[in-house]
Amino acid sequence: MDELVLDGNAAAGALAEIYGDDMTTVLAECASCGRVDPIGGLVAFVHAPGIVLRCTACATVMIRIVQTPSRTRIDVRAKRIPPPPETAR
Amino acid sequence: MPQPFITRGFVGKRQDAGGAAGRIPPGQHLVKDFPVLSAGPTPRADLRTWTFRIEGLVKEPAQWSWDEFRELPAQDFTKDISCVTKWTKLDTHWRGVSVDVLLEHVDLDRSAAFVTAFSDGGYTTNIPLPELLNGQAFVAYEYDGKPLAPEHGGPARLVVPQLYFWKSAKWVRGLRLMERDQPGFWESLGYNNHGDPWKEERYSGD
Amino acid sequence: MKGTIEWQIATVTALRDETSEVKTLTLSLPNWTAHRPGQHYDVRLTATDGYSAQRSYSVASEPERTGEIDLTVERIGDGEVSPYLDDTVVVGDRFEVRGPIGGYFVWDRSIDGSLLLVAGGSGVVPLMAMLRHRASAGVGTPAALLYSARTYDQIIYGAELDMLRRSDGLRLTYTLTRAQPPGWKGYARRIDDAMLREVSANLGGEVLAYVCGPTALVEVVADGLERIGLPAERIRTERFGPSGT
Repeated sequence: MDELVLDGNAAAGALAEIYGDDMTTVLAECASCGRVDPIGGLVAFVHAPGIVLRCTACATVMIRIVQTPSRTRIDVRAKRIPPPPETAR
Repeated sequence: MPQPFITRGFVGKRQDAGGAAGRIPPGQHLVKDFPVLSAGPTPRADLRTWTFRIEGLVKEPAQWSWDEFRELPAQDFTKDISCVTKWTKLDTHWRGVSVDVLLEHVDLDRSAAFVTAFSDGGYTTNIPLPELLNGQAFVAYEYDGKPLAPEHGGPARLVVPQLYFWKSAKWVRGLRLMERDQPGFWESLGYNNHGDPWKEERYSGD
Repeated sequence: MKGTIEWQIATVTALRDETSEVKTLTLSLPNWTAHRPGQHYDVRLTATDGYSAQRSYSVASEPERTGEIDLTVERIGDGEVSPYLDDTVVVGDRFEVRGPIGGYFVWDRSIDGSLLLVAGGSGVVPLMAMLRHRASAGVGTPAALLYSARTYDQIIYGAELDMLRRSDGLRLTYTLTRAQPPGWKGYARRIDDAMLREVSANLGGEVLAYVCGPTALVEVVADGLERIGLPAERIRTERFGPSGT
């Protein structure tokens, strides 16, 4: 185990890189169960090939982020979150 | 990419590969522990309802209960494993059932060329069928002589040791045979469809 | 936030032992931006062969201190970033950071209501930034800190918290869960609803709670605060590892 923040806050840096702005207070709605949380309050899995943010209620994937050597890619499955820039998809 | 800024005195907790350097794929470093990586919460499988399935391009799908699966002929495997997060662990000891043995129970359609492994918790990964054949891959349920721990994929995980370890799906529940390659959980966001560590096939189109 | 997320090279200007396992690093930043207490910085270390590791650390200092930040780092035995920061780093060393990051777990003087802070272990760090800001900005709102530590020796910022208690009206409560010094009269158990009720009693005004610590503690406290009547939207949480399961 290592020193890791386990909230969406842990993805704040990567998200800010993609959106050019802080995203942790933006509300995200789970497409599966409808639970709404600020992105900073989502459950984060960072000990993986990418970052996975999941619903606090049902663990459904809400956001996935992969950083490749050339760019940062994001897949947003939660509702309400603004669409990411074309270059990050 | 701008040049990285080198941090004085930082080496990480990597081991010196020493005489094993020839067994470490490019860009990888040796570890002695067994890091736990996970894209989601660890499922706790109920062995009374657990099944393993082979489906897709087969004449009749095959399915085993936990007890039936444990009665299949098992083998011991000692393999080096490499994770795309850049660690390599040598001589890991597993016990499980070769994918060859599992496929003996189905009639494969001639068009089957790719496999999606699917897991509890929704994880998927795609693998070219030939990478799973001829004793290369197995479904493991013991690690180091003990039942495979849930954080390492227990009760059973796929192990495809010659590919990056994200292909070795934890909590695996079955294999789906397909004609066309279908990117899985990480592959659909930029990770490589093949994933050979010796060719450093980490990403696609990068 | 724009423009604050670029990596920059921080220089270590001071090191201070907080406990045997915890150290504070003062970093001078060429592109310093005022943070909101509770925000963190990402730290990226790179070895000569290009291998790199990245972690997030909360800012411990108040934004009134310009040009530099304090990061307080707990040494994790089998970690790889914290042992470097705790053991290898000397004054004058430089490494990459980016921040400040995060807008969710933050508090500053612009937010009304009284503060109920609950910390487990090194989870006190972002809360300390809030308390230092509150003192430095002369904010008069009531504030209480409930701080759970294993032993007395593992309390971080003990002397400064005591000073804030005496001079700044901080209601300071410790609970020591593993061992207590002789004559200890404070709490000596894990945080429970009764304890939360006692520390939050008569705080006055609308209470805003910030909870930071290990996942298990955060969940117990957040649920407990709801049970004693605090609305969920007035509870902010931040969890620290371990991760994986």
